[in-house]
Amino acid sequence: MAAAWRISSLISRSLSVPPAFRSLGRNSSLRRGVHRFSTAALIEEPITPPVQINHTKLLINGQFVDSASGKTFPTIDPRTGDVITHVAEGDAEDINRAVSAARKAFDEGPWPRMTAYERSRILLRFADLVEKHSDELAALESWNCGKPYEQAAKSELPLFVRLFHYYAGWADKIHGLTVPADGPYDVQTLHEPIGVAGQIIPWNFPLVMFAWKVGPALACGNTIVLKTAEQTPLTALYVAKLFHEAGLPPGVLNIVSGFGPTAGAALASHMDVDKLAFTGSTETGKIVLELAAKSNLKPVTLELGGKSPFIICEDADVDKAVELAHFALFFNQGQCCCAGSRTFVHERIHDEFLEKSKARAMRRTVGDPFKKGIEQGPQIDTEQFEKVLRYIRSGIESKATLECGGGRLGSKGFYIQPTVFSNVQDDMLIAKDEIFGPVQSILKFNDLGDVIRRANATRYGLAAGVFTSNVDTANTLSRALRVGTVWVNCFDVFDAAIPFGGYKMSGIGREKGIYSLHNYLQVKAVVTPLKSPAWL
Amino acid sequence: MAALRFLLSRSSLSSSSVALLSRGKNSFLGRGIWKYSTAAAIEEPIKPPVSVDHTQLLINGKFVDAASGKTFPTLDPRTGEVIAHVAEGDAEDVNRAVSAARKAFDEGPWPRLTAYERSRIMFRFADLVEKHNDEIAALETWDNGKPYEQSAKIEVPMFARLFRYYAGWADKIHGLTVPADGPYHVQTLHEPIGVAGQIIPWNFPLLMYAWKVGPALACGNTVVLKTAEQTPLSALYVSKLFHEAGLPAGVLNVVSGYGPTAGSALASHMDVDKVAFTGSTETGKIVLELAAKSNLKVVTLELGGKSPFIVCEDADVDKAVELAHFALFFNQGQCCCAGSRTFVHERVYDEFVEKAKARAVQRVVGDPFKNGIEQGPQVDSDQFEKILKYIRAGVDCGATLETGGERLGTKGYYIKPTVFSNVKDDMLIAKEEIFGPVQTILKYKDLDDVIRRANASQYGLAAGVFTQNIDTANTLTRALRVGTVWVNCFDTFDAAIPFGGYKMSGQGREKGVYSLKNYLQVKAVVTPLTNPAWL
Repeated sequence: MAAAWRISSLISRSLSVPPAFRSLGRNSSLRRGVHRFSTAALIEEPITPPVQINHTKLLINGQFVDSASGKTFPTIDPRTGDVITHVAEGDAEDINRAVSAARKAFDEGPWPRMTAYERSRILLRFADLVEKHSDELAALESWNCGKPYEQAAKSELPLFVRLFHYYAGWADKIHGLTVPADGPYDVQTLHEPIGVAGQIIPWNFPLVMFAWKVGPALACGNTIVLKTAEQTPLTALYVAKLFHEAGLPPGVLNIVSGFGPTAGAALASHMDVDKLAFTGSTETGKIVLELAAKSNLKPVTLELGGKSPFIICEDADVDKAVELAHFALFFNQGQCCCAGSRTFVHERIHDEFLEKSKARAMRRTVGDPFKKGIEQGPQIDTEQFEKVLRYIRSGIESKATLECGGGRLGSKGFYIQPTVFSNVQDDMLIAKDEIFGPVQSILKFNDLGDVIRRANATRYGLAAGVFTSNVDTANTLSRALRVGTVWVNCFDVFDAAIPFGGYKMSGIGREKGIYSLHNYLQVKAVVTPLKSPAWL
Repeated sequence: MAALRFLLSRSSLSSSSVALLSRGKNSFLGRGIWKYSTAAAIEEPIKPPVSVDHTQLLINGKFVDAASGKTFPTLDPRTGEVIAHVAEGDAEDVNRAVSAARKAFDEGPWPRLTAYERSRIMFRFADLVEKHNDEIAALETWDNGKPYEQSAKIEVPMFARLFRYYAGWADKIHGLTVPADGPYHVQTLHEPIGVAGQIIPWNFPLLMYAWKVGPALACGNTVVLKTAEQTPLSALYVSKLFHEAGLPAGVLNVVSGYGPTAGSALASHMDVDKVAFTGSTETGKIVLELAAKSNLKVVTLELGGKSPFIVCEDADVDKAVELAHFALFFNQGQCCCAGSRTFVHERVYDEFVEKAKARAVQRVVGDPFKNGIEQGPQVDSDQFEKILKYIRAGVDCGATLETGGERLGTKGYYIKPTVFSNVKDDMLIAKEEIFGPVQTILKYKDLDDVIRRANASQYGLAAGVFTQNIDTANTLTRALRVGTVWVNCFDTFDAAIPFGGYKMSGQGREKGVYSLKNYLQVKAVVTPLTNPAWL
């Protein structure tokens, strides 16, 4: 029941990897050891988040309501493990109510019957409202999720707004085709909304995942039941409230906070849900697909786990490569499905790369995500925290070299020291499983054929990074890697128009870009005989 | 255990539309002499003009016995007698075939040929099929029981047409250049997925082969195809021709065998990257579960249907009767998109029922190799018994049996064209897929009523609409939750028209530009731009 994740375009840019490059001379990083893990920040009292929590109930048919059972669950501050607030806990009965509202809104309501232009205007108004409340939303996101406030405020919220602008623009540009027939027939295709979409999102990028899921579904005229992750229910409720202020009709977007085995499973098995989209672990994704198969064959989109290679070629500028590989793995506390979690380094530059990567990791500023300049906050919760530490122990036991980190940081909350392993072999657990934490595994390779084979020898196929200035090397690797995204000399560029999704067991389907619309449209062919056609 | 579909509306309908033209009102009532053409069924079966040369599995470009050495008999539906014994593939044979396909994809020339070279092999294949049209058609009819004229004049030409269609696509698969929000060059590559497992049904063995193999190969994949156990013969024949046309070894492997052994081994295989299945909804669910439990291979499903054929108040009754008859009875009623719920407006209902009954009585049933035969036998004993069971269910639940209702003759799997009137929505015959020559006629009173009832089904494959009124046509077209709406026509199956289901009728679309997506992965490639002249 883990989760997956990913980022924003803006991020790789505004997250300012390139500026860091510029300010860094060779080895300059080594001199900055003073920031080491920034333990000071941890000892201080946690900063009070500048936001109030106003919405903790389920949002069904345009109303905030208690769960049918009356139950609630606590949502936790990852900095301390303390309760932020108690949130209504939705289960099967609440899912039934939400689906029934969404069904009615689709079958009888105004949403799919509005002009696409009207739908797009509501999406645009919503984006404007989010922009207005950007700082509170960012604070809520950081508080609930533990990610640096600056990342939430400067990258993720703007990206959220940008994604809704993007999908608002699509709403009135969904064209069917006129199809050439083999005889006197007029053939057209209608691209219709599927109906009620069930969407299950993870905790690592709660708002960005909301946008990836809700944006295309609404642009295409569907209605939605969204289940948020139990770790991070707060921001979705906040923005959904704004969506209704922007004019969204009741029942079009319903939000159920709750757990996977209860609320999530009920949604995936529901006979009145026409489509399911899930982002999370491969194990849970398999269950979701099985539930869809056993119930009503709703089409399923899956964005699942990864163990993405980041390949540093012989010709790479080592300093730049170190910085980018560091970013590729450690970004968002390492909680990215597309994290560059197998750092393959050419043997000629391996030792230098290793030394500098270790230095860079030791320099990483870890601490209260609300503090300025913090690069890394706590892991999301105790379960993830323990899992990451378990993988670190496994790395040590399997005789990888622990270069730095390896333990928790402080005594409160879920902070983990930035950790680097060298001498990692392909068959070690830390080189095969998704760790989903701040643990970099560095592997050595000797030629392109070798690294292609090893990079592809995984059940995953989500993304890859390639670092080279040679165009032939870049093109060879781009074609050979069996992954959904290849970032050449960059990483985590997540623009709205770039499709994202997995080969192999990393998923089914693509989100973002023109490809994402397909997930929320049915194709209907309409065929009519032509009398005396002027042309065929 | 199968689904199906069709093309020919035109050429085959030509039989019907020509019929329409040549007939005055009620003129067909005078033609009762054709009634079921029982004579044909009683005569000795005509000897098919073809010999059976290929009965082994086709793996890595070679015909081989099954690993187990086992064979199974394939039967002549006209008599129930054995045509030939065919090698029976199971999990071990699927392993061998997948391994050949894997090697052909990972190391072989196929995905590394230029798309133009791939297209030329496919064009040559289409030419070879055309050259052997009559033998292939004879084999198809012999194994399946469908009228030879239908095979020879429609299905084999359509097969060649589909391969030319997909050959034309091979060198027109474009990725996109994507607008970025900053100084990045973004492109998408549309890559073959890898090894495609394909499981096809018995009702249109060759056409289903073309729908599956055509797009998979055009996109550069390699294939392991499992044919239906009822109809293994024509796929082996044409695959031989494909290799003669220059297809490299291992690119297309054909395994004859059964669903629970060979089929499930293919759907569960960890080295298969994609599975496409056409068949029943029940089996489709199992296929998807196997994919979910194994390696999350991407699945396309074309499943069952209970498609409404809606005859509106303003319809020309004679034409509507003929089209509705064709929509249901075509291919012995063995079409997944068969118009199997004939909804007729109450104002024209009685006249429609009377004429539909007369038309069914007139239907020419007999040895499919005989000229002028409209309906051959059902494919096998299972299907035959299942249909008779549904007919009994119809009688038991109080629907009015207008004509037919029993087997024809004493040999083979012939069933009399059967018509039920006074059918209610909750009767089994109005809810389940019968997959046989059984028409169920329901009465409705207004558009809202028929829209609601037409959509009240777990299926959503297709619909027919018969009206002259453009507003009625447009209202129904949008309201019906189905993958294909045929307005004043039915079973028009051109290569470019996408086909597939809403709801539990399937996932994905076959044919047309949409079908390519089933066999392509999308890879985004992102590179920073230094000094871009434009963004």
